[in-house]
Amino acid sequence: MTTKFTPDHEYIVVDGANGTVGISNYAQEQLGDIVFVELPAVGKVLKKGDEAAVVESVKAASEIYAPVSGTVTEVNEALNGEPGLINSDPEAGGWIFKIAITDAGELDGLLDDAGYADLTK
Amino acid sequence: MAEASAENLLTVPLNEQHIAAGGRMVPFGGYSLPVQYPTGIMAEHKWTREQAGLFDVSHMGPSFLQIANPTGDHDVDHAAISALIEPLICGDILNLKRGQVRYTMLLNDEGGILDDLMIARCPIYPGALYVVVNAGTKEADFARIAAAVGDKAVLTRKDDGALLALQGPEAVGVLSALVPEIVELGFMTYNAFRWGDIELVIARAGYTGEDGFEILVAAEHAKTLWDALLADPRVKPIGLGARDSLRLEAGLPLYGHDLDETISPIEADLGFAVSKRRREAADFPGAKRILAERENGPGRKRVGLIVEGAPAREGAEILDHNGKAIGVVTSGGFAPSLGKAIALGFVPPAFTEVGTKLQVSVRGRQQAAEVVETPFVPHRYFRKSA
Repeated sequence: MTTKFTPDHEYIVVDGANGTVGISNYAQEQLGDIVFVELPAVGKVLKKGDEAAVVESVKAASEIYAPVSGTVTEVNEALNGEPGLINSDPEAGGWIFKIAITDAGELDGLLDDAGYADLTK
Repeated sequence: MAEASAENLLTVPLNEQHIAAGGRMVPFGGYSLPVQYPTGIMAEHKWTREQAGLFDVSHMGPSFLQIANPTGDHDVDHAAISALIEPLICGDILNLKRGQVRYTMLLNDEGGILDDLMIARCPIYPGALYVVVNAGTKEADFARIAAAVGDKAVLTRKDDGALLALQGPEAVGVLSALVPEIVELGFMTYNAFRWGDIELVIARAGYTGEDGFEILVAAEHAKTLWDALLADPRVKPIGLGARDSLRLEAGLPLYGHDLDETISPIEADLGFAVSKRRREAADFPGAKRILAERENGPGRKRVGLIVEGAPAREGAEILDHNGKAIGVVTSGGFAPSLGKAIALGFVPPAFTEVGTKLQVSVRGRQQAAEVVETPFVPHRYFRKSA
């Protein structure tokens, strides 16, 4: 499994043709306490860059974009009851949705760990 | 998530302290100010409700207005300064007791709100008022007041100092450890106090719904006071983010959002601030409109809403139960004390009854909302027992 990042601070953990999407630890720190998450519908077809979800902090709403094109296969229902999982465990328990990747080639355009670390330092 | 630009922003005297405390600095009202510290808005909000929160509100506009040629007689000089300021506002300043603070509004000739502000009668000097206006409007407010008083009074700005708000149930315990005399202050009164060699102007007032104080201190002593207050384990620094969520829960309107120059005090549900004596004299700006709205009801009125689901933010449409647009949210967010979304907004009078079922449109979807009493979280102001 490899993890890639967008410049908008989404991550995607890639496992074969499937990916798990959330926001980076840096992003959750910037947003502060997440109080509400609007999840996409399972089965929704997304193009790379489409708005996929919304996370709301006390102060503001932030859109989460699809890092690659694909179909939503699963959403993290736990976030409905406990949106703060995105703060406490952004890159594991705080995942937002899973996606069946249409075009693995799009992953090449994303940042790797080092590239993302560079962006946020 | 763009970082705040530091260009052309003013800094407050405690800027370095905020940065050292890990404050995330953002532009607000032309100043660079901390929106939150590392613990975050939710923890800061709850800390203020349970302990004592320390807010830097030095971007606001404290000032003193002093009659130019005082006679030395308190009543004569107070009547003279009141006669100069009252034509701009809807509050009764003449009948303030020495040291009493009044919430009032600067109005335009159409009865729209130019700012909401505090005006207090000085407990010490005859013919002096302590006036505190909002940051975003202070240049216009000060110009308006100075023009109105002409050479009959002198306006002295104090916004080069620090204005700190200490808010929460432990505020009185914390501050009285430094200045024991403050326990004598009633809610909405102020006085000048000495803390060692340092003069502090302290009002028992605030913007959180909790008991608390607003403390004016000269810039050169701001750090000493900041450090002394934070040395108490009951005190934590609180940013603008929690200031906003606290005032929203307390149902207190924010100028530039819930109030503007088109909105009247009656529409804003601030009719209590149109003082009886001024109503009877009908001698304030926009009196015709405001008195008519008071008599016949306004065309729209500010209400509080509990919102189901995602927070409805400023600008979100308010719909009736049939989905017809009837109004707009002017402030909205998540209420940490309630664990749900709340909002302030304006709707026609037919929809203002508590319990009225409405909807709000968030990102194109309709969500249930209900008109509720404000404050959303009961005020816990200090009331002196007789």
